[in-house]
Amino acid sequence: MYEFFTTTNLGLALLILGQCLLIVVPLLVALAFLLYFDRKVWAAVQMRKGPNVVGAFGVLQSFADFLKYVLKEIVVPAGADRFVFFLAPMMSFVLAMVAWAVIPFNDGWVLADVNVAILFVFAVSSLEVYGVIMGGWASNSKYPFLGSLRSAAQMISYEVSIGLIIIGVIISTGSMNFGDIVKAQDGAGLLSWYWLPHFPMVFLFLISALAETNRPPFDLPEAESELVAGYQVEYSSTPFLLFMIGEYVAIVLMCTLISILFFGGWLSPVEWLPDGILWLFAKIFFFFFVFSMVKAITPRYRYDQLMRIGWKVFLPLSLGWVVLVAFFAQYGAFWGAYARWTVGG
Amino acid sequence: MSVADYAFYLFALTTVMGGFFTVMARNPVHSVLWLITAFVGATGLFVLLGAEFVAMLLMIVYVGAVAVLFLFVVMMLDVDFAALKAEMAQSLPLALLIGVILLMELGTIFGTWHFADGAEAARQFVTPAITEVHNTEALGLVLYTDNILLFQLAGLILLVAMIGAIVLTLRHRTHVKRQNVVAQMHRDPAEAMDLIDVKPGQGL
Repeated sequence: MYEFFTTTNLGLALLILGQCLLIVVPLLVALAFLLYFDRKVWAAVQMRKGPNVVGAFGVLQSFADFLKYVLKEIVVPAGADRFVFFLAPMMSFVLAMVAWAVIPFNDGWVLADVNVAILFVFAVSSLEVYGVIMGGWASNSKYPFLGSLRSAAQMISYEVSIGLIIIGVIISTGSMNFGDIVKAQDGAGLLSWYWLPHFPMVFLFLISALAETNRPPFDLPEAESELVAGYQVEYSSTPFLLFMIGEYVAIVLMCTLISILFFGGWLSPVEWLPDGILWLFAKIFFFFFVFSMVKAITPRYRYDQLMRIGWKVFLPLSLGWVVLVAFFAQYGAFWGAYARWTVGG
Repeated sequence: MSVADYAFYLFALTTVMGGFFTVMARNPVHSVLWLITAFVGATGLFVLLGAEFVAMLLMIVYVGAVAVLFLFVVMMLDVDFAALKAEMAQSLPLALLIGVILLMELGTIFGTWHFADGAEAARQFVTPAITEVHNTEALGLVLYTDNILLFQLAGLILLVAMIGAIVLTLRHRTHVKRQNVVAQMHRDPAEAMDLIDVKPGQGL
């Protein structure tokens, strides 16, 4: 049986399929509860009760919503480009899922252990803009088109600073493999994680991640009061559900990236506790909570402010930081905190 | 056939199909989408060759940035492409002539091409064995040592192109409302708004 799965083509294909399902199914189930949690946090901040009818305390609300989305009628606007109209939400959903193939959940627990894992995630997240542009264009309507243009400009702008921040981490590790990046942070628990040497970049990455995933305070593409719902206006039923799942999976992915790049992934914060997958989940959950709180607390940015902070503040800061990190790493400043190449090679 | 063979045929077919439909598609936006398909196929081929760094760069730079700009521009165009195609039919003989001449030139090169003595050895020399270093590292070792001058020159050319594009498109217009961010940030909250202490659970 073991040999069937490791030697034959069919066995390998089945094995990989099983591993994919092992990632995608728990992710989607977890997402249902995270959506519920997001709404509860938002409601609590605004002194509301939030969803509380379906199931105990409303925990099954997301599943009820899922049924509602799937059972409703799909409306296609007149004059829409039908092929691209349906391709856009599918692409958005698939691309959000694909990035998880290279994310390690524990030491060695990764579907595809590739050398350029971090570049892969960056490439896939830069492709996510296509779902938005195609959806806005194919709807053949003004508001979705304006929304998609805003969204695309925003996502491209903040990708630049995210890329530069990631380069700083790559320089420190000497490898683009997530496993190596986490192993390079192993040592004296909490204090040897990258958040300390790369301290200012943690905030820049968090803010860029908010902008990249179109979350408040940077939710201009969806600004309810101005554009109704941006590029998704004409979408109903399952295509809309795919867009929404894609968006939330991208948010969870960003939380995971912050946990892995700056907060030691599956490593335990104190030395006397064992490392493990639960630490990673706890960190992801914490950052998702941060995302929810930011959504509840902050007012929306103006579009020119958004572009200004992206290009005139974040880009020079992160570019300067890359140069600084390169110098620190080369000359072994701060007891070699910036040059942990023994692990990455 | 192994899995790699199947993958090769899949990606090769994707690339060729993408290229074909880029030319054939009636709608320019569809054309760009097919072009992206071709890029993605080429990325797969690079991965099969073991050049995963180049593959990811192709994905990030071409698909993630260049093709997005193409798509932006093409979506904004308001051109009647049917009329444009009709005009193009008139210059078809000239285009055919140029194509045939180019093909003949390439054909003459194909027969007479030969490497200089020692070219093969020089190529072997610069790249370390793939088993020793990752191809990202190998690329860096070549790019930042022997070819540093070319690398810097390429960067300089890109910088000049960037400055040129900015100079060509920058127009200083008067009578435009501008946001003065510094002034906005230095507004005094005490003068600009009223703060009311709302007790929890009561509202205003």
